[in-house]
Amino acid sequence: MALLAVSCGGGQSTGERQAAAAPSVIQIDGSSTVFPITEAVAEEFQKKHPNVRVTVGVSGTGGGFQKFCRGETHISDASRPISKTEIAACQKAGIEYIELPVAYDGLAVVVNPKNNWANAITVAELKTLWAPDAQGKVTRWNQVRPSWPNREIHLFGAGVDSGTYDYFTEATVGKQGASRGDFTSSEDDNVLVQGIGSDELALGFMGLAYVESNKDKLKLVPVDDGKKENGDGPISPSAETVRNATYQPLSRPLFIYVARKEADRPEVQQFVEAYLGDTALMREVGYVELTPQIYDLAKAHFKERKVGTAFADGGSQVGITLEQLLAREK
Amino acid sequence: MTRRGFEVVIEWGLFLCALLSIGTTVGIIGVLTAETIGFLEEVPILEFVFGTEWTPLFAMPHFGVLPLIMGTVLVSTIAMLVALPMGLLTAIYLSEYSSEGLRRVVKPVLELLAGIPTVVYGYFALLFVTPLLQQFIPSLSGFNALGPGIVMGIMILPLVSSLAEDAMRGVPRGLREGSYALGATRMQTSLRVVVPAAFSGITAAFILAISRAIGETMIVAIAAGQQPRLTFDPTVPVETMTAYIVQISLGDTPQGTLEYRTIFAVGMLLFIGTFGLNIVSTWLRERYREEYA
Repeated sequence: MALLAVSCGGGQSTGERQAAAAPSVIQIDGSSTVFPITEAVAEEFQKKHPNVRVTVGVSGTGGGFQKFCRGETHISDASRPISKTEIAACQKAGIEYIELPVAYDGLAVVVNPKNNWANAITVAELKTLWAPDAQGKVTRWNQVRPSWPNREIHLFGAGVDSGTYDYFTEATVGKQGASRGDFTSSEDDNVLVQGIGSDELALGFMGLAYVESNKDKLKLVPVDDGKKENGDGPISPSAETVRNATYQPLSRPLFIYVARKEADRPEVQQFVEAYLGDTALMREVGYVELTPQIYDLAKAHFKERKVGTAFADGGSQVGITLEQLLAREK
Repeated sequence: MTRRGFEVVIEWGLFLCALLSIGTTVGIIGVLTAETIGFLEEVPILEFVFGTEWTPLFAMPHFGVLPLIMGTVLVSTIAMLVALPMGLLTAIYLSEYSSEGLRRVVKPVLELLAGIPTVVYGYFALLFVTPLLQQFIPSLSGFNALGPGIVMGIMILPLVSSLAEDAMRGVPRGLREGSYALGATRMQTSLRVVVPAAFSGITAAFILAISRAIGETMIVAIAAGQQPRLTFDPTVPVETMTAYIVQISLGDTPQGTLEYRTIFAVGMLLFIGTFGLNIVSTWLRERYREEYA
């Protein structure tokens, strides 16, 4: 994963005319969750615009905003809204930005395919299992639910540097960054897939996109949030349930932030239009596209150069549905 | 330039080369010590050495290094259970039983094992040995101490057999001939005369092997998991000291923080452990050289 840092230079000089002009560059950095989308869009974009070079980094959402608010990047990928401290940092540096929601991502709870008991889990059970007090105490399946076997439970999850960890702890434990520490944590989702796929007693969480591409090694566990208004009983994550906001609270919107002063460059405008217009590509890389209304709204915001964030209270927010998002963006 | 002047230049050049490696060692020890002192100013040494929970990156950090030490000890013990008996038996065979021709073929082939990159051993443990073991132990986790331990033992085997064999071949011929003259069989001679006579050399080989196992990184980082756990159970994921250092070094832990210093404190422990073992090993080898020089 970490090696996928830069995607640069599609065909650079197809003609003398283009070779003569220095290629213009769009610099992007930020979330590793958003990276697959941005990278795919950038690849397509560079095929059509060979004189534009798009570089995409993966410093994580926080790392991306640090660079963005120093004016080092033009667009920042984010798997959560900009946080209060980041808003302040950007303000101090005089960096204005346009916030654009680009897609939805589901966070999946997964077990080994041989696991025949965990067919659903509640948010309360996830809290029991992952809360900081559970460390060293909740170590067997039947401690989470008495009907489950009296066998050890082996936990796997995203590393503490990732936005995925931030979001999962916020959504289940109720406090960002608060969790037990005795689990196998890795920033590399493929390590988690390998670990869970080869351990009958494993349970873990990761982005839905990774589950889609490893269906034979993992089993999805439907999650029940105990609230009737967004679907009764346990809901399995899928493009459908993430889109219609019944898979809660583990669905989250993804964003890109475009620097206001870069938005006047024609190639940046074309890139953003391509980004918000290619829903087929989002599906292809395993994400859930927003509704046409939201994309239209985002495009309108971009055209009007509407700066600032709709999430002024900042940071990870749990259980934002598309409707609420739409309302906020209006 | 005069001949003498040239000689002086060469001499200084060589001296500087030698100084470079010593300087590097001193520098590493210096950095380790400084960062470890910084760490121990914030974490009491007793909590570090005797604590049973290791969660430095989390909201409620605990800095007890015992789970990491236990992971290292567990994997190394399994590796030694493989490497020591097999290495010793191989050495006895090569030194006392095999024909010279066979030995000339087998020894280099064995040493080839030492030339395989450890990352290859790591994937061998994760993707071949562990699934194979799961056929017999269904409850074995994908990441565990057993698979990497066995593979590490195989990796260290040539080191043991080669050093132990050297020690046995260093035993003077007269001792063997005396034994045969008394009517002893080949096995009696090997086990009761040669092995005891080469004992200090064999021990040195063993200790070097243990030190190698403790410091081994790639196999455990790939195949043993990343979960610090205080357990003797070889079937569940564990984390060794070396694997922890890898995990933190690859992440985005900011420099100068306490979390960042943990890797130096753990590194210091590793260094003290392997350095101590190497000194004992060297001392033993020196002693055995003196005996029959």
